[in-house]
Amino acid sequence: MALSYLRSSSSRSANLLRPLSSAASLRRPISTDTTPITIETSVPFTSHQCEAPSRSVETNPSELLTFFRDMALMRRMEIAADSLYKAKLIRGFCHLYDGQEAVAVGMEAAITKKDCIITAYRDHCTFVGRGGTLLEVFAELMGRQAGCSKGKGGSMHFYKKDSNFYGGHGIVGAQVPLGCGLAFAQKYSKDESVTFALYGDGAANQGQLFEALNISALWDLPAILVCENNHYGMGTAEWRAAKSPAYYKRGDYVPGLKVDGMDALAVKQACKFAKEHALKNGPIILEMDTYRYHGHSMSDPGSTYRTRDEISGVRQERDPIERVRKLILSHDLATEKELKDIEKEVRKEVDDAIAQAKESPMPEPSELFSNVYAKGLGAESFGADRKELRATLA
Amino acid sequence: MLGVVRQKMLGQSLPKIRPVVSVLRSYSSAAKQMTVRDALNSALDEEMSADPKVFLMGEEVGEYQGAYKISKGLLEKYGPERVRDTPITEAGFAGIGVGAAYYGLKPVVEFMTFNFSMQAIDHIINSAAKSNYMSAGQMSVPIVFRGPNGAAAGVGAQHSQCYAAWYASCPGLKVLTPYSSEDARGLLKAAIRDPDPVVFLENELLYGESFPVSDEVLDSSFCLPIGKAKIERVGRDVTITAFSRMVGHALKAAEILEKDGIDAEVINLRSIRPLDRSTINASVRKTNRLITVEEGFPQHGVGAEICASVVEESFAYLDAPVERIAGADIPMPYAANLERIAVPQVEDIVRAAKRACYRSVPLAAAA
Repeated sequence: MALSYLRSSSSRSANLLRPLSSAASLRRPISTDTTPITIETSVPFTSHQCEAPSRSVETNPSELLTFFRDMALMRRMEIAADSLYKAKLIRGFCHLYDGQEAVAVGMEAAITKKDCIITAYRDHCTFVGRGGTLLEVFAELMGRQAGCSKGKGGSMHFYKKDSNFYGGHGIVGAQVPLGCGLAFAQKYSKDESVTFALYGDGAANQGQLFEALNISALWDLPAILVCENNHYGMGTAEWRAAKSPAYYKRGDYVPGLKVDGMDALAVKQACKFAKEHALKNGPIILEMDTYRYHGHSMSDPGSTYRTRDEISGVRQERDPIERVRKLILSHDLATEKELKDIEKEVRKEVDDAIAQAKESPMPEPSELFSNVYAKGLGAESFGADRKELRATLA
Repeated sequence: MLGVVRQKMLGQSLPKIRPVVSVLRSYSSAAKQMTVRDALNSALDEEMSADPKVFLMGEEVGEYQGAYKISKGLLEKYGPERVRDTPITEAGFAGIGVGAAYYGLKPVVEFMTFNFSMQAIDHIINSAAKSNYMSAGQMSVPIVFRGPNGAAAGVGAQHSQCYAAWYASCPGLKVLTPYSSEDARGLLKAAIRDPDPVVFLENELLYGESFPVSDEVLDSSFCLPIGKAKIERVGRDVTITAFSRMVGHALKAAEILEKDGIDAEVINLRSIRPLDRSTINASVRKTNRLITVEEGFPQHGVGAEICASVVEESFAYLDAPVERIAGADIPMPYAANLERIAVPQVEDIVRAAKRACYRSVPLAAAA
């Protein structure tokens, strides 16, 4: 299972197969070691209208190392984005995911690129999990041609259709019916795959979510609704927004599972369980108990509605990367130095990608008028002064 | 000035004996007749038959045979996988439709009337219209949103709004407004085949009207181009633009104007976005006078856009100010007499055309 995952992640597999250091070559390289290990999740799953999966998760050294590396990469990427935003190289909205990496990484470990993922605007790491490159991320954030949306989308509009990542959506809650639509299409096409539609605790109260869930349940769609509950909808704590913050139960007749979203193995187990369920029985809700270290976006310090103690407490007790680091060290799968080397490598990758992204030019002015339609039919479009700037859409 | 108009009339009296197709429709026995309802039904049927990715979704489209019977027989023919009855949850099912289109299916989402599309408008605009642009071409959205638009009869304020101007203002959407059965068939087939999101605005009062259809129109490959208007009636003296049901009113107005020596050119817009500015401007450059007709609210309406376009492109050709005929600037009343004066009538179009030809002074002329 882990090997097939390795093969499917194209850009990272090359790095993983490279031995970490000369000392490691004396040992069997852990990067390809798929000897099964069973690890218990931090806490058992809590279930609603279904039987919870076991908290014993099957994994292996290779997978744990992949988790560590991928989460470290994501963490470093988001911190770097913070600096770029403060340097005014990133404009507008920038919603960072640091703290929540285990959800993206655990999910990918349980699924394939034939399964679909759709999320809201906190999408940088989800995009990378689907195979997006750092260059595509940073270039898009800086509005350059090498960006995944050629600079036309920005932070909230990353897409990677060839690995079934459908964005990147700015309107809170809209992505959930869209995700149920993807599941509809998968079932219609008999693809035997599922869709994970991610949303936050803020979006969990949206009416359209319940409309889509009702239809999904009626039509037995393979839709998995994943509430990334980081406990704050912008500045509003969950207890101030939801009469019932038991989001995994909000599906009523739809089964749900509450998961420790800071534990990548728990996430993996839950997603595997959910995929099996959804293919046979229709929709299911996963509530990932997670946490974001940054504020809602770069405009929000994140400390006016929560205490610094709370933030540092989570970082101390529940950080997803530290959890995997401890697992790797306690199972003697790598040394501290090897892990630090990975972090150094990852930092360099991020720095290199930023440098490359800075080289990428801004879009040509003619791109103003491209992709308005897939088929422009020769229609006319106009700039601010239509006597000065107009174009024919191809 | 009267003499000038009479001279023009004499010059064209012979060719003008050729009647307009839709004027004669009640007398013709040679051409086949088809209702707009049957035109839409046959278009849906043919496109579903041709492409297994096309499916229909909406309230009462299946077992009820369609709230207005547009989808009659389709459930029986294509089965419940492809003809989906939805709960009364527009935001939910419109979003699901757009998501299915993201994946590559070709949904036809029916709104029982476009008034209910407002529940789902975020998905039409933000999820559908803008996606191809935001993703730099990765996410095309081959969806059609269709249903009756505009006023019916006596349905009151919440069920009578025309949404043409709202949707047509949005880049990334295509907005079509069929009038005749030929329009209904050709434009719906084009809409379903088009890779972009199309808002297809039908009209309930037109569903039962019959129009002649040629063999070409009846052929399953028949398709009309999106973005091209049709000149329903060629004329020399004044251009009247209209869409949907108002085309019928404009043609009737043209008949009346003809008796008074005014030869009106009637343009059936067919496509509000892209708007066929070149056909409109070419016509105005010929006639030098323009009346725009629409059912919807006047402020920021389709007529306003057409007027602006003509002022920008053909100002020197205008011999009179552009006249706008539109729905009254009020929520639609229920009482029949009030409803009648809230919606454009043929006499409104006639009066405006005469004004544009300097043939009468408006009642409400300011002192």
